[in-house]
Amino acid sequence: MDLATFLQQLANAASLGSLYSLIAIGYTMVYGILRLINFAHGDIFMLGAYFAFYLIASVALPWWVAFLVAIAITSLFGIALERIAYRPLRDSPRISLMISAIGASFLIENLGVVIFGGRPKSFASIPLFDTVVRMGSVQVLSVSLFIPVITILLLVVLLFVVNRTKTGMAMRAVSTDVEAARLMAIDVNKVISYTFGIGSALAAIGGILWTMKYPQLNPLMGIMPGLKCFIAAVIGGIGNISGAVLGGFLLGFIEIMVAAFLPALTGYRDAFSFILLILVLLLKPSGLLGKKQTVKV
Amino acid sequence: MKTRNTVLTGLAIAIFALVLWLADKNLGGYAMRILNLSAIYVVLSLSLNLVNGFTGLFSLGCAGFMAVGAYVSALLTMSPEVKEMNFFLEPLAPWLARLTLPFALALVAGGFCAALAGLVVGIPVLRLKDDYLAIATLGFSEIIRVVITNLQGLTNGAQGLKNIPKFSTTWTVWGVAALVVAFMALLTRSSYGRQLKAVRDDEIAAEAMGVNVFRVKVTSFTISSFLAGVGGALLGHMITTIDPKMFSFMLTFNILLIVVLGGNGSITGSVIASILVTVLMEALRFLDEPLNLFFFKTNGLPGLRMVVFSAMLMAVVILRQRGLMGDQELTWSGFEKAGLLPRSKKGASK
Amino acid sequence: MLKIENLSVHYGGIHALQGVSLEVPEGKIVTLIGANGAGKSTTLKAIIGLIKTSGGSVSWNGKSLAGMPTKDIVESGIVLVPEGRRVFANLSVDENLSLGAYARKDKSAVEADRARVFKLFPRLDDRKKQKAGTLSGGEQQMLAVGRAIMTRPKLLMMDEPSLGLAPLVVKMIFDIIKEINAEGTTILLVEQNAKAALMAAHFGYVLETGRITLEGEGRQLLADDRVRKAYLGEAL
Repeated sequence: MDLATFLQQLANAASLGSLYSLIAIGYTMVYGILRLINFAHGDIFMLGAYFAFYLIASVALPWWVAFLVAIAITSLFGIALERIAYRPLRDSPRISLMISAIGASFLIENLGVVIFGGRPKSFASIPLFDTVVRMGSVQVLSVSLFIPVITILLLVVLLFVVNRTKTGMAMRAVSTDVEAARLMAIDVNKVISYTFGIGSALAAIGGILWTMKYPQLNPLMGIMPGLKCFIAAVIGGIGNISGAVLGGFLLGFIEIMVAAFLPALTGYRDAFSFILLILVLLLKPSGLLGKKQTVKV
Repeated sequence: MKTRNTVLTGLAIAIFALVLWLADKNLGGYAMRILNLSAIYVVLSLSLNLVNGFTGLFSLGCAGFMAVGAYVSALLTMSPEVKEMNFFLEPLAPWLARLTLPFALALVAGGFCAALAGLVVGIPVLRLKDDYLAIATLGFSEIIRVVITNLQGLTNGAQGLKNIPKFSTTWTVWGVAALVVAFMALLTRSSYGRQLKAVRDDEIAAEAMGVNVFRVKVTSFTISSFLAGVGGALLGHMITTIDPKMFSFMLTFNILLIVVLGGNGSITGSVIASILVTVLMEALRFLDEPLNLFFFKTNGLPGLRMVVFSAMLMAVVILRQRGLMGDQELTWSGFEKAGLLPRSKKGASK
Repeated sequence: MLKIENLSVHYGGIHALQGVSLEVPEGKIVTLIGANGAGKSTTLKAIIGLIKTSGGSVSWNGKSLAGMPTKDIVESGIVLVPEGRRVFANLSVDENLSLGAYARKDKSAVEADRARVFKLFPRLDDRKKQKAGTLSGGEQQMLAVGRAIMTRPKLLMMDEPSLGLAPLVVKMIFDIIKEINAEGTTILLVEQNAKAALMAAHFGYVLETGRITLEGEGRQLLADDRVRKAYLGEAL
């Protein structure tokens, strides 16, 4: 493999890793606050892409307006999802929550099939993102350069909000101890809605950027990325935002690099994430950046 | 009391067998197929109920173990000629190509291999808690699927297997289902069953009382995998074609739906729900076809059926979390209490 | 003034409180003592809205607290320092204190209170940036009390502040409780350490399996034979 191809693959890995990170953050934030694996998160990613698609194709909005509106709608959708599917089960055993999440995921996917149609759709081409950029002998789509930059910007903003604002402090308090947070007059419901809103917005951004790079939309497109990104979040340390980013990049890298250097194993590509997950769960369940949680009896 | 219950149970079984015989004689192939499919789902839902409902472990690995059972049983019962026809891309390993076993043996072998897979998966994975366990078992299920897809020389890969001998007759599937129900009833009433429930209710307390929690979990998981393998095999022998794509998370979801609807921890619940859901699945198939209600015309909305089912699952879990039966069973004493049976002279019973 | 009348609570399948009535007059320290499992924590949790009540009434300065969400109850000036400290382990000491003042809008007063907490508990000042989970039991209790001070409560409820603490630390905590009270804060104290509680309190109630069995002034109860036998471990 020559240098050019290697750099090419590196660029691909960086893009994929960023996309995975954006989605993984949503998982980790929701898990941190509710101890819930939001199975429907991958489908929210899909919705973000579809909303943008329809806003451009049917409503004929300029692309940047469509993007912002799509992100906003998806964010609201995530908040609504929490209200309907998870809030009523706040005091129930965690298994009920998980079942509701799985049900919600299937519901959204199949609603997508019914409403959007099962046949793949092509996202419109947007010149800003579609130009081929040449750097020496390496060729990348401009979007591949945008993605990591946007992701890192978003991450910086998010970390600032979480670590240095009052709302962020409330979010961290609720993740640590819900009841004690209530005693501080924190509106726990509002904090949870916020978390879902932010996570869903990030997933929507991920969805939109994803379709810029892989322009085929279908209602089931969120399943595999969703699962993989949850794995990324676990690998990085569930509940830890930086961990989610780390996990996302790691997973993206491994996926692209293995496919590039070990083409014989391509058939097993999807299994890698799972194998990695199981290894992490067995060796360091708290993840790469996570802390050990002891259970007090 | 006990004699009365035994007589009643025997009577119920006899009546059910009669109904089955009548159905077999009078109902068409389509209806019988649905009925028999329910029997297979009884086996599958009980296998999931054993780990989820009775032991309290949230496992999502069902489909993977079903696949193992289905493939093993299929490969062991197909004749060499049928195998040769299937494996046209890459020939099957010779020792397997020549091997053909009787159905009963193959079925057990399928279950056994699934149980082995369960052991291999369970030992590392059962140390994890709740959600992590779910994701890990889901992961393993997917890994199994990917492996099957890639082992062309053993499983025929993505092409799947066709012309599997149709051994799943009415009496076979319902016989197996009845056996499994009896097995589960005995198991849950035994001291082992009590250990299961202790682990489910409070692991730490159970451990403190001397229950070897880990061993209980592994055993339960392995038995459940065995049953899932048997169920998967029966499925293969009924629809005669299997491929890796059918053993997806969607299949596990369907079984989970049945278990939740029937009540996580209720054997009778699983039985009733299996029949109800299988029938409903078929009955609602019209939703995927072009609809022509007088005010509402559609051109076929594939996926609408699953929308309804997902909504159902969520509704049950949110509104009536305990499902149809919760963790209670339909017992003769229950009928007595409801006034449907004359009260026994011995007074109030449990 | 906090007034509880005939409070009934069913909790975890048990009739935990069976018609409890008590009063916490303004500016006083009232203590609720009793054995483990008597229902003391349940009472406090019911007042602050973490547990649903099944009968009776709780009113604060005439206004009923029934059905109010915890957030609103806390904003009206009632604060609970829960059993076991429950500081936010992942957050720093400073952030824990800030969380105490979460609902307050008067920034300068908040900073004044923060300075005061650090003066009362110099050890917390030293560990300002440390994560609260790394503090010792006694320091965490100080943090919990400090956090409560940051809320500028009108009624401060404390659930077993002495639990698991060395006697010297217990004495310090109780001294601070008396100091806070002297400044005008009403205090409702739930304690297993009956002696320390009754010595600090103006009034006391004895709770036994969900019912109030004795009440009176702190000094009276200290001298009462039944109390001495059951809770103070003194032979007749």
